[in-house]
Amino acid sequence: MNASPLWHFFFGELNYNSLPFYSPIATIGAGAEVFGALAAIALITYLGKWRYIWKEWLTSLDHKKIGIMYVMLALVMLSRGVIEGIMMRTQQAMAINNPGYLPPEHFGQLFSTHGTIMIFFMAMPFLTGLINVVMPQQIGARDVRFPLLNAISLWMTVAGAGMILISLVIGKFSTGGWSGYPPYTELHTMPSVGPDYWIWALTLSSIGTTLTGLNFAVTIYKERAPGMSFFKLPLFTWTSLCTSILMIFAMPPLTVCTLMLALDRYADFHFFTNGMGGDMMNYANLFWLFGHPEVYILILPSFGVFSEVFATFSSKRLYGYKSLVIATMVIAVLSFTVWLHHFFTMGQSAGVNAFFGIATMLIGIPTGVKIYDWMLTMYRGRVRLTTPMLYSVLFMVLFVIGGLTGIILATPPVDFQLHNTTFLVAHFHNMLIPGTLFGMLAGYNFWFPKAFGFRLNEALGKLSAWCFGIGFVLAFFPLYFTGIQGMPRRAQEIYNPAFAPYMYVAEVGAVILGLGLFALIAQLLVSLWQHKRTRVPLGDPWDARSLEWWSPCPAPEMNFYTVPKVHDRDQFMWMKEHGSAYVLPDKDAYEDIQMPNNSATAVVMGAAGFVGAFGLVWHIWWMAILGLVVVWGAVIARSFITHTHHTISADQLRDQHKAWLDKVAAAQPVSRDHETDPTNQGLAEVAP
Amino acid sequence: MENHAEYRKELRKYATGLGWALLLTAIPFAVVAWHLLSPVWALTLIFILGLTQVVAHFKYFLHIGRSSHRDDLNLLLFSTLIVLLMVGGTLVVLFNLHSRMV
Repeated sequence: MNASPLWHFFFGELNYNSLPFYSPIATIGAGAEVFGALAAIALITYLGKWRYIWKEWLTSLDHKKIGIMYVMLALVMLSRGVIEGIMMRTQQAMAINNPGYLPPEHFGQLFSTHGTIMIFFMAMPFLTGLINVVMPQQIGARDVRFPLLNAISLWMTVAGAGMILISLVIGKFSTGGWSGYPPYTELHTMPSVGPDYWIWALTLSSIGTTLTGLNFAVTIYKERAPGMSFFKLPLFTWTSLCTSILMIFAMPPLTVCTLMLALDRYADFHFFTNGMGGDMMNYANLFWLFGHPEVYILILPSFGVFSEVFATFSSKRLYGYKSLVIATMVIAVLSFTVWLHHFFTMGQSAGVNAFFGIATMLIGIPTGVKIYDWMLTMYRGRVRLTTPMLYSVLFMVLFVIGGLTGIILATPPVDFQLHNTTFLVAHFHNMLIPGTLFGMLAGYNFWFPKAFGFRLNEALGKLSAWCFGIGFVLAFFPLYFTGIQGMPRRAQEIYNPAFAPYMYVAEVGAVILGLGLFALIAQLLVSLWQHKRTRVPLGDPWDARSLEWWSPCPAPEMNFYTVPKVHDRDQFMWMKEHGSAYVLPDKDAYEDIQMPNNSATAVVMGAAGFVGAFGLVWHIWWMAILGLVVVWGAVIARSFITHTHHTISADQLRDQHKAWLDKVAAAQPVSRDHETDPTNQGLAEVAP
Repeated sequence: MENHAEYRKELRKYATGLGWALLLTAIPFAVVAWHLLSPVWALTLIFILGLTQVVAHFKYFLHIGRSSHRDDLNLLLFSTLIVLLMVGGTLVVLFNLHSRMV
């Protein structure tokens, strides 16, 4: 509209065409997002809760609250990701020899945002959130090692998610897929701001993730309770450790290759261009150096959740603990040896392909070990099919099928046939939905009472588990068949009418997945509404085995009144069996402790990171510089604050401990038959 | 007072590290900018200086030396393994692709 130098100085590339009026669907989507944001702001203002949210949540450095905020972000992004998935399935069901309702440009944006959101802004925040809430409590720690860094990671991730959300309202997103391969995403083929949104959203979140990985690894190394040797760590903590190590080593290649692409686009470099010495094959190489370990970053925490869920809801010690630990570690190392299987068809020699194909198949071995261990954990146990358990069983059946199709794809000659077909789409959804998503939702249902003090509604939980299970099978199994018949992935229009029936079935599946999401939201709302009947203040609703349940629900700020001495792998179960779980210790067992004060540093850094990234996307240089300066300024300003901790006295701890134990003494233990009844106050009957 | 001496010692260590890091970065840039060496020798020199830079970071910034903890050794060995896999793998893949293009 207006390209005067003054306008360009203040607003960069922004103009009227940046607004989402290029298609009615984009307008509706952007409208829904803006309306949702305004409604949330209005609601908070109406309830007068701004102060509360700022003081209790946004500036909090408590690892449990940070974890909860991560999971909230994940659920919001999950909603958008699922809706996008349904939109794409609907397009493919309609567009058989027919343009359908989505123009190609818009369809391209949808599969790019869907993938980017689901990986980086749904799965990653979800698992980071769960680890944040649970891991420090499992190892008997009072917080993570670096609480402020933890908050910075959160707000960097939120800033990245904000970039994705605002890209729907202002400008268009990349159409280059979640992996953003150049040369297609280079400036000369995609001059729009789409890839820039993608680059800076990923950069922000990958900085957050790297810091998180370091924080978690140091926490597990340094903050374990006395007596907790590595082979006494609960399995979820083990998988958290392996995931953190993968985060530390796998995120840098991503940051490097997205920044190299940024240099290509902004500074006329030629890392990945066509010609001028550019080598786009190195992008694929670098991207998957990150991308494959990333797959295991996503799956390992779920394996940890399943290990806890199977043991707890079978009332048995986890079978084959050491083999599970070794399998986890083997997977973590092997995950760095297989990245080439993502580009078998790029042209390297058969020998190189064969090596990576075999390495890929090897990963099936430790994964198989895990499946057998979980089955043997359930064998002759007192199995209760609660919501987390239902997710876990569904996972086990479906994940094995996905693993088998992975072995098929790992064979290079077969991959040449199936590469870039819907077979691949079916395969990785088969790993990520039952693997990551079911694991995360199982953990969400399992640890919800720990975080909030009341249980989630079982009926709606099971309904959503069944919807996700059945919906997944219907939505993705047909894609295996169409893939074998040669249907390309990411097709906006389909020219073979033989695929029509499969697309219709997949559409039904997508709708059922949508119902699953609906049931998940309904479960949360209904559970909030009836929370008085499902409260478990005493702390142990599931007759659980590990330390995080040895405190009231929700846990107090400092997690534990005294730091436990660890004797056994299932420490809390050991304490219950030895009658020492609910005994008030001597006075000198308590000591004054220091807990971190709230800090606005992280929120300011996140907001500035967002502003700076937005400036970079739209070439508004003053804004980009401002953002960067404020980010660094916040770090420097923080170093002038001297009162960073407050003290909780030993007497306070003892009083609170006593109050909790008095409540425990007055309560009636419940048996496992009444686990989901209102009588379950969180005190489990000790098994004879 | 002892605290102060300790502080000065720390500071000197970091300053020395910074000096080394700057020097080891400036030389490769100079070699490339002014074409001081043939490409093969330039690459070799940059590779060696890069490794030296890693050692300097370990010594001056991460305080990893001969008397370090066992955990540090674990970390170092694991990092070496992963870096060898990543860098070595990248070189194998890219040179393999290159050899099939000429």
